[in-house]
Amino acid sequence: MTCTTMELTERLLSRPSGAVARSDLAGHVAIHGALSLPKRDDRSWSDGVLRAVAESGLLGRGGAGFPSAIKWDAARRGARRPLLVVNAMEGEPASAKDRVLLSYSPHLVLDGADVAAAVIGASEVVICVADDSGPTAASVDAAIAERTRAGRSRRRFSVARPPGRYVSGEESALIAWLNTRQALPTLRIDKSVALTVGRRPTLVHNAETLSHVALIARHGAAWFRQAGTFEAPGTTLVTVTGAVRSPGVVEIALGTPVADILVRAGADAQLSGVLMGGYGGAWLDPAHLATPYAPGPLADVGATQGVGIIVALPTSSCGIAETARIARYMAGESAGQCGPCVFGLPAIADDLELLWAGRADADLLPRIHHRADTVEGRGACRHPDGVVRLVRSAMALFADDVRAHAAGRPCPGHAAPSVMPFPATPAIRGSGS
Amino acid sequence: MLASSSSVLWYTMRATGIVSLVLLSATMVLGILTAGRAKSRSWPAFAQADLHKRVSLLAMVFLAFHVLTAVIDTYVSVGWTSAIVPFASPYRPLWTGLGTVAVDLMLAVAVSSALRQRISARTWRGIHWLAYGSWPVAMAHSLGIGTDASKLWMDGIAALCTSAVVGALAWRIVGHKRARERAAQVGAITRAVPVRGDAPTAPALGRRPDRSGSAPSPSGATRPQREPSATRLLEKDRP
Amino acid sequence: MSARQRVAIRVRVDPIACDAYSYCAELLPERVTLDEWGYPIVDGTPVPAELVELATRAATDCPRRAVLLERVVVGR
Repeated sequence: MTCTTMELTERLLSRPSGAVARSDLAGHVAIHGALSLPKRDDRSWSDGVLRAVAESGLLGRGGAGFPSAIKWDAARRGARRPLLVVNAMEGEPASAKDRVLLSYSPHLVLDGADVAAAVIGASEVVICVADDSGPTAASVDAAIAERTRAGRSRRRFSVARPPGRYVSGEESALIAWLNTRQALPTLRIDKSVALTVGRRPTLVHNAETLSHVALIARHGAAWFRQAGTFEAPGTTLVTVTGAVRSPGVVEIALGTPVADILVRAGADAQLSGVLMGGYGGAWLDPAHLATPYAPGPLADVGATQGVGIIVALPTSSCGIAETARIARYMAGESAGQCGPCVFGLPAIADDLELLWAGRADADLLPRIHHRADTVEGRGACRHPDGVVRLVRSAMALFADDVRAHAAGRPCPGHAAPSVMPFPATPAIRGSGS
Repeated sequence: MLASSSSVLWYTMRATGIVSLVLLSATMVLGILTAGRAKSRSWPAFAQADLHKRVSLLAMVFLAFHVLTAVIDTYVSVGWTSAIVPFASPYRPLWTGLGTVAVDLMLAVAVSSALRQRISARTWRGIHWLAYGSWPVAMAHSLGIGTDASKLWMDGIAALCTSAVVGALAWRIVGHKRARERAAQVGAITRAVPVRGDAPTAPALGRRPDRSGSAPSPSGATRPQREPSATRLLEKDRP
Repeated sequence: MSARQRVAIRVRVDPIACDAYSYCAELLPERVTLDEWGYPIVDGTPVPAELVELATRAATDCPRRAVLLERVVVGR
């Protein structure tokens, strides 16, 4: 059964009517009800919760979409007490969902972390918030303090502040930072080998995923499945920006058509394309706006859910310009460890900027495709792969513009200001030029 | 004059010394070329590296004979300890001592290379840099010990070795500079790019001055706080 | 493992350790070619018996120990 009507979607972001304020502990309990966890390790309770999460079909909301129950099962099996890391880094500039969640409903995330920690036997939880997200960290700190005063949890909660760069939220980079204070992704040949901080096996979960866990622990798997689709159950947070009248973070039931989400945000009637997933995601053809917002259907049309980013590109903008800006930003956000990424991404960005300016040489288009093929899959992490996917989708969707730009006739929109958010770093060159 | 056993040892010592100096110089040149990534179709890099290793082994063999004959020979008293302990020789302590220093350094490099698979890359590389010290010390020992010094052919050998090593170094330094300039032009990369022929310098990513886990650290004046826009976004979102 | 299966090795490169020395491409061009920036593009098909020695040499000679040899089961 699928329910995609909007009335069912106010779960994570539900509020007493009208109030847009941060929930303190009392307010949180008033909205969602109390959650009591066993006072000591209780195997049957843990098994029950694990079963509920498994039956709920909850998929991670941090971009990989991995079934959460499977991750928990693996973390429980180690000999040492594991560590739970809450990933609220949100390195994608166009995403605001984790910040919003932690700024307004931190207790939902902390409840979920408490539940997950109890099930996997972790005695410590570290919430990682980017070092340039002061208010978010303050909200989490305050929530932890409230819970400590109320004697809420046996576990130790702390906040860590890794540097707010694009790749530092990548799972292995985050673990590397906790170990060595350097947020560099590591090569993972065998993904089934657990990541460790010190000697403790470590489970990393996106903040939003844990907020769903907090609700599943209260209401059960069947309740969770009342929204969404069979393969992709529940609700999810998406950040809608770009050519929309009401940009922001919305909670939607998975399976909602992309068009409905855009309409609700007040998008322009005509769009050149929609950026889906993130800067390492893909462009969605406006002809496919009826696609249900869920991993499978989106993949079928060459798009991706990613971290819930949806950016509407107006017809007055140039898809090539935006892609070139994104490629330049992503090149500057490389961790600098692997040659194909360090050299390949700037080279692709160079070519895209030439195309944008209408100064393409005869070999430019085949060169972009060749470099994309060369760079793909040859880094230690998926950073270059994301750029390749985005660039390929741009070449396909904006094919007419590509031809015009390549012939030296850039489209009128090429001088339009960007609708993409970029943190201001010295690496940005060519943005807006 | 009859070639006594003592003078055989004496001449062997001098000969093996000169040969190991030449081989050490060749090792240095090959090592510099290898590190500087000099290669061509007919002169592949792996072969250079291989030759460097083999020539260094040969140099060590001749060096061993040189030390052995120097110690055994009674014409001058050098003593076993001064084979490893510098400046402990009764005979010309300074110049012999320099030779001992060179031997110590080369031993360290050789042992670390033999154990290369077992030690960390950084340790190995650090010890290997000692090689740059061993060559001038060995050259000073050869010239200062005076046995064959200021003979034309010896000067010629020394000049050849020196110009080869210095030339290779000059090539490396100039090439290194050019490679760095090229890397700086590659795209808008904010961190040091692994330059070919150079040890990769660690990226700036993650190297924030703040090493505590929880204190808010400024990540740079150019990064704006992102909170206010998020707040605005949510408020705009409500009906 | 059935009688028809055997263990072969295939070449992999650790892209973080790799520093574009290119010894691997020189020693084993049948499996390693270089991209325009000098970094190895690895063909992951198993290495035939006659090339195993060269593949092993590529792994031991790499100055950054970036060449890895992975065991795979080949055959039905």
